[in-house]
Amino acid sequence: MATAASLPQDGLPASPEAIVVRFAGDSGDGMQLTGGQFTLSTALAGNDLATFPDFPAEIRAPQGTLFGVSAFQINFGSREINTAGDAPDVLVAMNPAALKVNLAALKPGGLIIADTGAFTKRNLDKAHYEANPLEDGSLAKFDVLAFDISEKTIEAVKPFGLGNKDALRSKNMWTLGLALWMFDRPREPIHDWLKQKFKSKPEIADANIAALDAGHAYGETAELAGPLKQVHVDPVPSAPGLYRTVTGAEAVSLGLVAGAQLAELPMFFGGYPITPASAILHHLARLKEFGVTTFQAEDEIAAICAAIGASYAGQLGVTSSSGPGIALKTEAIGLGIMTELPLVIVNSQRGGPSTGLPTKTEQSDLYQAVYGRNGDAPMPVIAARSPSDAFEVAIEACRIAVEYMTPVMLLTDGYIANAAEPWKVPNPADYEPFPAQFLTEPRSEQLLPYKRNEKGARPWIKPGTPGMMHRIGGIEKHELTGNIDYSPDNHQRMTDLRKSKVDNIVVPDQEVCLGETSGKLAVVGWGSTFGPIHRAVDNCRAKGMDVSHIHVRHIWPMPKNMGELLKSFDHVLVPEMNTGQFKTVLRDQFLVDAQPLTKTSGQPFQIAELEAEIGKFFDDIPGNEGGQVPANDQQLPSTEGGAK
Amino acid sequence: MNAPAKIETTLKDWETDQEVRWCPGCGDYAILKAVQRTLPQLGADPANTVFISGIGCSSRFPYYIESYGFHTIHGRAPAFATGAKLANPDLDVWLVTGDGDGLSIGGNHLMHVLRRNVNMQIMLFNNEIYGLTKGQASPTSREGTKSPSTPIGSYDHPARPAAFALGSGARFIGRGFDVSKNLPDVLKAAHAHKGAAFIEIFQNCIVYNKDVFNDFAAPKGAEDRQLWLEEGKPMLFANDTKGIALNRETLSLEVVDVTDGDWEAAGVIVHDVTNRSVAHMLIEMPFGPFPMALGVLYDDPRPTFEDAVIAERKKASEGKEANLAKLLGKGQTWTVSGTAQDPV
Repeated sequence: MATAASLPQDGLPASPEAIVVRFAGDSGDGMQLTGGQFTLSTALAGNDLATFPDFPAEIRAPQGTLFGVSAFQINFGSREINTAGDAPDVLVAMNPAALKVNLAALKPGGLIIADTGAFTKRNLDKAHYEANPLEDGSLAKFDVLAFDISEKTIEAVKPFGLGNKDALRSKNMWTLGLALWMFDRPREPIHDWLKQKFKSKPEIADANIAALDAGHAYGETAELAGPLKQVHVDPVPSAPGLYRTVTGAEAVSLGLVAGAQLAELPMFFGGYPITPASAILHHLARLKEFGVTTFQAEDEIAAICAAIGASYAGQLGVTSSSGPGIALKTEAIGLGIMTELPLVIVNSQRGGPSTGLPTKTEQSDLYQAVYGRNGDAPMPVIAARSPSDAFEVAIEACRIAVEYMTPVMLLTDGYIANAAEPWKVPNPADYEPFPAQFLTEPRSEQLLPYKRNEKGARPWIKPGTPGMMHRIGGIEKHELTGNIDYSPDNHQRMTDLRKSKVDNIVVPDQEVCLGETSGKLAVVGWGSTFGPIHRAVDNCRAKGMDVSHIHVRHIWPMPKNMGELLKSFDHVLVPEMNTGQFKTVLRDQFLVDAQPLTKTSGQPFQIAELEAEIGKFFDDIPGNEGGQVPANDQQLPSTEGGAK
Repeated sequence: MNAPAKIETTLKDWETDQEVRWCPGCGDYAILKAVQRTLPQLGADPANTVFISGIGCSSRFPYYIESYGFHTIHGRAPAFATGAKLANPDLDVWLVTGDGDGLSIGGNHLMHVLRRNVNMQIMLFNNEIYGLTKGQASPTSREGTKSPSTPIGSYDHPARPAAFALGSGARFIGRGFDVSKNLPDVLKAAHAHKGAAFIEIFQNCIVYNKDVFNDFAAPKGAEDRQLWLEEGKPMLFANDTKGIALNRETLSLEVVDVTDGDWEAAGVIVHDVTNRSVAHMLIEMPFGPFPMALGVLYDDPRPTFEDAVIAERKKASEGKEANLAKLLGKGQTWTVSGTAQDPV
């Protein structure tokens, strides 16, 4: 064991309110798996948590390279956790590249756990290190624990007769064992999981368990030696009930299944593989007993067209993709709007344009969702704010689609899709059903497939219904019969009717989720920026700033009270992971002077950067002259204000 | 067969009140009539029949048939039809497409609906031109076709619809032309085939590609230029004075003379609709030295896509309960006290 120079700070507190750990290694090192299992054990320990998996687009990027680094960050605590954390307290670096890529994020005085076995000349070269950072004193401002995890793993799994290459694959379990010890977590759930995962290869299960146990035992021994100590994070007080962890992709899938059940419809899901949306197809493919048909189409276009075809035939059509795939589906979305059939389109946004950043997150498809079609083609758009919220939003998307006979776009993003959080398991009986109504007999002497109800929705008539034969299509149609009708007056009326149907969709009034309903500053967000904005606003309010957080779920149409609400604040700040798209929509709809705060680095907002921007509106607050908020301030539990 | 119950209808029952908007004299009128004549003979139920189309002259077809109809977007009709069939496999689906819609913008979807073998009838109206956009060369236009987009003559090699279909895995290939009296028989055979049935229908665009099929479709001398294939019958034409034989040395087809009706002596082969190799040769048979092969060229059913999807869903659901509450609480859960529970 080696430790770096004397510690500049006191290291980790013995029982912090919250702590951020980042596991980083080669994309083949199993960091996502390690992080996932650590998340489970953290959830079982009753902490609130948020995670941020950050991995390369390549499946097996060349070993040891900087671009092949895969990381998994988790923030967990004894208070409500809103984000995956700005800066890690602990960085586990499985090789030099992982250290190099992630070091900048580490908090000063943070703990580095490094595998010296991977800090070979070859790996140091690949990471462009001229000298070994573990030895040259460059990490002096951190607390460093460096030892040969590779060797210790090989030693631990020796009894199972694995070759070195196979033995080294258990390195991540050794590391996980150490982390479990460090945060005082039981090993049993991981043992059970390993036994289940390697059911058909018990020797592999045993080797991994041995590695895990060895890492755990190493922690105990190392503690005796000094620098490594156990950290206790108390459980968070939460409402009574049953909990589990859930990722956004799982929650969307479950929400769609629930939505179809509430609509009393079988679900048809048309999909085409694309990162980061494929996980939804994978989840739903395993839920066939719920009346779900999944169809992996030949392309994105066929995926949505098949979904529309299924809706036409009386099922709930759903399709899912990410930006480039949504672009391909756009013409079909227009047909869905023209023929007024229910359809849910899930967009797991990623960095763009074009192929962009397949595995990184962004919110830059908002224009595409709201405005991005040929013709006047209004479509409801709603956005999920977190993994668990994606369940609620998916149900809401199904409701709007079925009740208003319209395509609906549900926006999530790469962060929500992959991130996990604890979820209080909902009771399906608590949701109001919205059973689909099919028209089976003409309402008048003449069949009128486009005669609308009080919601502006046309009737849903399934082919196969006797005596109700009619034709629909993408050509402008007569406002009642649906027959082809290009006449000027009719097109004007139909354009107006399609617009007013969507404009008048009933959505709940906009609430202020933190702070007053009027005042100096409203920070308005949508989607996955909820967490950092909420925490930043909370922190600023604790410092005496008159700031409120408004989080918008219904992007289109927006709640009826939105304009009035925004106008009751002196300033409106809109943080977004794009170049200011929602800001434009707010200005367009309400003529408010919404100010953008934008970020397009592929990484979520940090709480500190939001606090700094909010602070600029409050020069009069003592200690905030010039709006300077110290970076990483909110990460230090001792200075954290306003925690719930 | 598609429709479970046979319904009695007349041609009139399949006519809509919509004004037909094709050019006067267009071959589409004849195809429409042939289909409207065929449907009563099939005992088809208008309420259970769905015509799905893409974009183009041919794709206006659904508006003129008194059944359910869906006029979709350019090239994508096979995908809509696949979704509709998976949602309700009992629907009797007819797909209407053209050479531009089906082979250019929609070639991908046509390939996949054929290889998946979704049970439907696919009518590709081939007029070797883009009609609705005013006469540009299409993927089936012959080399040298002069059009607004190819003023000096086209130079790309034409696609061969039936060869494309067979190569994509189609298990039924039929061919006919707009005014042919045999077209209803081809349509009936396609309907009787369970799976994706591909029918290439040569259609005369009288405005932009007039009489381009006259070389074999013109009534005068038709018997010399058309080979109507019938299951179990020798491949004879020209009033049974000529036939198609297999040259066993070159493994290719040849035209042979038949004297006194003794086709066996001339080596004329008997049509076996399940013979994929011969089907391939018939499809590729160049018109000119050979007659145009028409009728049912190939018919060898195999299990359909929707049957496989239903079987898989049934298998995957076996012994499983669709309990949403249980599904939501699946996996490793805990209560607020922090105790791990066994998976529900």
